[in-house]
Amino acid sequence: MSELQRTPLRDFHAAHGGRLVDFAGWEMPVQYRGILDEHRAVRRTAGLFDVSHMGEVDVRGPDAGRFLNQLVTNDVAKTYPGRVVYSPMCYPDGGVVDDLLVYQRSAEDYFLCINAGNIDKDVAWIRERAAGFNVTITDRSADYALLAIQGPKAAGIVQSLTGAKLGLIKYYHFGEGTVAGIHCLISRTGYTGEDGFELYHAASDAPALAEALLAAGAAHGLELTGLGARDSLRLEAGYPLYGHEISAEISPLAAGLGWTVKLDKGADFIGRDALVREKAAGPARRVIFFRTGDRRIVRAGATVLAPDGSAVGTVVSGTLSPLLNESIGSALVASAAATGPLAVEIRGDRLALLPVKPPFVPLKQGGAA
Amino acid sequence: MSNIPSDLRYAKSHEWLKIESDGTATVGITDYAQNSLGDITYVQLPKPGAVLKAGDVYGVVESVKAASDLYAPVAGTVLAVNPALQGAPETVNRDPYVGGWMLKLKPAGESGPDALLDAAGYGKVTG
Repeated sequence: MSELQRTPLRDFHAAHGGRLVDFAGWEMPVQYRGILDEHRAVRRTAGLFDVSHMGEVDVRGPDAGRFLNQLVTNDVAKTYPGRVVYSPMCYPDGGVVDDLLVYQRSAEDYFLCINAGNIDKDVAWIRERAAGFNVTITDRSADYALLAIQGPKAAGIVQSLTGAKLGLIKYYHFGEGTVAGIHCLISRTGYTGEDGFELYHAASDAPALAEALLAAGAAHGLELTGLGARDSLRLEAGYPLYGHEISAEISPLAAGLGWTVKLDKGADFIGRDALVREKAAGPARRVIFFRTGDRRIVRAGATVLAPDGSAVGTVVSGTLSPLLNESIGSALVASAAATGPLAVEIRGDRLALLPVKPPFVPLKQGGAA
Repeated sequence: MSNIPSDLRYAKSHEWLKIESDGTATVGITDYAQNSLGDITYVQLPKPGAVLKAGDVYGVVESVKAASDLYAPVAGTVLAVNPALQGAPETVNRDPYVGGWMLKLKPAGESGPDALLDAAGYGKVTG
């Protein structure tokens, strides 16, 4: 078995009671006090997540903007320095290589944040597709640590440690500055549905920054939060997770992410032809979100049934919503069946899947985009 | 370190059993088990009157992580199940040995609690 990779905060987690597990080859805290309490803390006060396992890539050069606009499905030609864009990155058949954040630092200098489990695959893909463009691709994943502080108290806690005017950084924008004396890329983004920041910084600074945020947050009810709560928070917010709602087999259109696919942006991006056809014909399968009115968790992999008992899909994510106090999830379902009654079987009981248009809870985003 | 009270008997499948003064038995899952499961979100229990053999699956405990079967540590007839766990399954996390009990049994006798481990023996199981 290969050795688990560690973030610079591995010992910080162990010292603070984190329960470390293998997550996509990384030794990461799934929880500290408990997933449900940590989830509620992010909705009520604030939570601090180590997401240093995420990958970072520099894309620099005269062709950087043009290259990225044909690499990803969303429109990055209209961005400007300080703007963040969320986008899928597709294969020619419309399947998703990964979903990522594109940060524009200047006209010839972009920064990508990619999923931990996809770093090697993504970097190889991006390098391959960069042939013929005047760009330099650099994998910076080992250089950066990433702390996410999320929740209604997050902005106040970060503001107490920085001279940067956080009120000027709107949702899906970023700035650079020091937090607790540590240079950070301060990004008003997150994966929880709450206001908050993601702080990119040098890996060697991570323990000092984590301790400073934890100390400043103590009076505000800040809790250390693990990947378990991160997953239930993102599902409550209706955000996709690579390998679940999107994958090489699930296009952004099937996933309900049509708003991130700009077919008419004026760039012949990878996957465009397939996505044009899929849009015209309608996706054969669609991701739907559901609640159950029941506390039994409908787990990923469960078969989705039509009223006649035939299999029409598969559950791709499922958890207990700590706010709704019922199980919620998402499923990939044949489009023809997606609007009809759906159910799953749990230990011999048939449980109806009640359709929900996500988010499951109101999203609270910092400032207007 | 998990809490293993010395006055209880234990099954290797992480259930505890307490023989009450009236000869009935109370059954639950251990502190080690609740801690391994993490946040418990649902407990499915049998109906009173159910007849169990030792080792029978009597119910299911679900956590955010997974669903796990519950095993009868001894044979017996179910006299009662804990009504609090339907609305507050997290009681098993907070108080596995008292408030988080799951079954009251009338032991059948033939495979009695002598087959179970004492606290020291169970401590070796959980390492």
